[in-house]
Amino acid sequence: MADRAVVIVGAGPAGIRAAARLVEAGLRPIVVDEAADRGGQIYRRQPANFGRAARQLYGFEAAKATALHAAFDRLRPRIDYRPDTLAWNVYDGAVHLASGTTTTAQDFAALIIAAGATDRIMPLPGWTLPGVYSLGGAQIALKAQACAIGARTVLLGTGPLLLLVAYQYAKAGAKVAGVLDTSRFARRIAALPALAARPAMLAKGLYYSAWLARHGVPMLSGVTPVAIEGNGRVAAVLVRDARGRSRRFACDAVGLGYGLRSETQLADLARCDFAFDAVSKQYLPVTDADGRTSTPGVYLAGDGARILGADAAELAGRLAACAALRDLGHAVPETEPAGLRNKLRAMQRFRAGLEHAFAWPAQLAAALPDETVVCRCEVITAGDIRRAATELGAPEVNRAKALVRVGMGRCQGRYCGLAGAEVLAAALGTDVEQVGRLRGQAPVKPLPVATGSVTPETVVSTTSASGTVASETVP
Amino acid sequence: MTERAADVVVVGGGLMGAATAFFLRRRGRSVILLERGLIGQQASGVNFGNVRRQGRFPPQLPLANRSRDIWGRLPELLGEDAEFLPSGHVRVCFRREEVGELEAHARDALPYGLELELLSGNMLRARFPYLGPAAVAGSFSPLDGHANPRLAAPAFGRAAARAGAVVCENTEVLAIEKAGDDFVIETRESGRFRAPVVQISAGAWGGALAERFGEKVPLVVRGPQMGVTEPMPYALEPVIGVYSAVPEEGVYLRQVKRGNIVYGGGLRGPAYPDLRRAYVDPANLLRQLPHIARVVPALRALRVIRSWSGIEGYIDDDIPVIGPSAKVAGLFYAFGFCGHGFQLGPGVGDVMAELIATGRTSTPIEPFRIGRFAGTYACYENRGSSGNRVGGFGGS
Repeated sequence: MADRAVVIVGAGPAGIRAAARLVEAGLRPIVVDEAADRGGQIYRRQPANFGRAARQLYGFEAAKATALHAAFDRLRPRIDYRPDTLAWNVYDGAVHLASGTTTTAQDFAALIIAAGATDRIMPLPGWTLPGVYSLGGAQIALKAQACAIGARTVLLGTGPLLLLVAYQYAKAGAKVAGVLDTSRFARRIAALPALAARPAMLAKGLYYSAWLARHGVPMLSGVTPVAIEGNGRVAAVLVRDARGRSRRFACDAVGLGYGLRSETQLADLARCDFAFDAVSKQYLPVTDADGRTSTPGVYLAGDGARILGADAAELAGRLAACAALRDLGHAVPETEPAGLRNKLRAMQRFRAGLEHAFAWPAQLAAALPDETVVCRCEVITAGDIRRAATELGAPEVNRAKALVRVGMGRCQGRYCGLAGAEVLAAALGTDVEQVGRLRGQAPVKPLPVATGSVTPETVVSTTSASGTVASETVP
Repeated sequence: MTERAADVVVVGGGLMGAATAFFLRRRGRSVILLERGLIGQQASGVNFGNVRRQGRFPPQLPLANRSRDIWGRLPELLGEDAEFLPSGHVRVCFRREEVGELEAHARDALPYGLELELLSGNMLRARFPYLGPAAVAGSFSPLDGHANPRLAAPAFGRAAARAGAVVCENTEVLAIEKAGDDFVIETRESGRFRAPVVQISAGAWGGALAERFGEKVPLVVRGPQMGVTEPMPYALEPVIGVYSAVPEEGVYLRQVKRGNIVYGGGLRGPAYPDLRRAYVDPANLLRQLPHIARVVPALRALRVIRSWSGIEGYIDDDIPVIGPSAKVAGLFYAFGFCGHGFQLGPGVGDVMAELIATGRTSTPIEPFRIGRFAGTYACYENRGSSGNRVGGFGGS
């Protein structure tokens, strides 16, 4: 095993700022990045040979994105950067890293997990048709590859990303056939006081919506998704508008998303405590104000802890690094973390406003037809999950998974877990908090069988490093 | 205080307990099944899923044969099949000197009605082309197979309930006292129960309960290291296991109809019965991978998507505890199945129901008697979790 170091998992805004703060203190952290030189997702860099300007890629955030990329480029020689490396497990004070088929167990003095987030999905009939992408995926296609997901795209869901992606697509010249938001406009008004905690962000949202209106992009709020229609691929989206009228939008692609969900699997494997978060309606790892988890030496920062956005991620990365430094015995003047905490509080208020304005439409789960696929990896339907509740006695999500396989596929519940929990809770007549959360199991993402620390030819020992001896080879 | 009574109270709702409750109902006995968590949630639900008779301690074969018969009749008995596939079981070895062991086992098993086919080298690969070149010989048991451990015990539990058993999940037993002819069982969540007969089928926790009745057994707790790959087109029909003197080499794998390959074996990991948690040691996982790829090289193209462990009770002589108490009338045991209990489950349930209802069983269970430990030790530490973290996490 390699000597103990400070390890950061994730090289987005949170990971980069955490690394920078540690380098300022004279450390040389290991920065593990699943990708290579991408800068995370929000500020994802385009391929090296692409020539679009930052303004084109990141719009209003261009300055922040450029500053972050420049910061990382400056950091590179002063950190131990491990690109194309997956942190697949945390166990016994070590984070397990896999790159290709090579694997390392890296002991850590401190581990800062800045694993980011993915889209939060609420299924609807037809969502597994070719041509349906997650909203974040639709944005990445544009940002990273200068592609739109279709010639006529409908964006369906809710959250600040919906308008942003619509604006980005339309500005880039991609036809947006409709922006369909499940949240009622009235809720956005009600959330204004909280949203005013970040006036610049609020202003941007208003700007996008006004621009889209001026450019004739149909926008509806308060919609009820009915189905994505098509024969072998997407042809249209059918919704009911706020007045209950059926509306059909012809399209060849759909960007679907209802906000984000935190990638908390590594925190789970690190045996951090979790608690139900009433704001985001998800189970999240418990952290103190500085990002310390219940596991000594393990810190969380950025959207991987709770969704607060890129600006908050930069602050939280720095704050978690301060906490780690203090815990390792370095002096950190209290004014620094205090200032960061203050700024984060404003962002948390804004976030609470966003979650209220653009609420996760939990109620849609109960209304899903039985034959709607919820777990697309294993093709498990809403009806299967309901059967787990009513016929097979599953009181919570892990039991439902064991009995009907929801969450057993490659994504390990990333894309079906939240919606699956809502379907189960509705079938049981209870709230989603009561059905628990899927227990994390390593590897965090699929690990090649070809990975291995031992070749068969070198096997002679009968005692493992932990002293466990198998009595016999009987299953 | 509420008190419920029945002919039999079964403590522990894994496969053994659920199957016993089911078969007791078929014999017209009233039964209450008490389970601390959910039916089949512990070792019964997380094991490899092997339904094999090959490779067992030969005196266990009558029980295994009886059980195998029931596996084949699950749809008729339970209304579902727990994905049981009688796809065969092949056990390979890598060393010439081990071939003799396979042959010896085949000879020992034959009198019990288990017919094994020995294949070597080219014939082995002609029959099973996906086996890697390192396998020098194999022993094939055509009527063995595999099933889904997540489904089996719950299926027995639901069938028992439909047949009139009282099944109490989320019910932790706090105390079992003998009061005259009856046992009185106190639980945390569900009040008190009373019965003239109690069966302890509490798995890895069975030893602690037996000890309360003065019947200590040398039981240790270990965590199997399990994993599953992404799916590949269905091609591996039999369950494949390795016979080897080297524990790390003793892996096994099975492909389910959906295409995923479930694997396990090699070294065991740490289990914490007091916390009811067990973990896969990443070092063990990484050790297993080259070994399963050695058995079936095509697996190298796949990726592992999930790993898990569980809490299994192992008796020192690798033989479970099945049968009546040697000390207390009306008390019965079925626990400590040493990681090889899954196939035996239906048979154990049937045998225990017969034993409890009639006073005897047609299947020889003498080798499993708890009394075999009575004279062998006076003071034995009940070793809890294994691994190097005992101090930090407790254990028993």
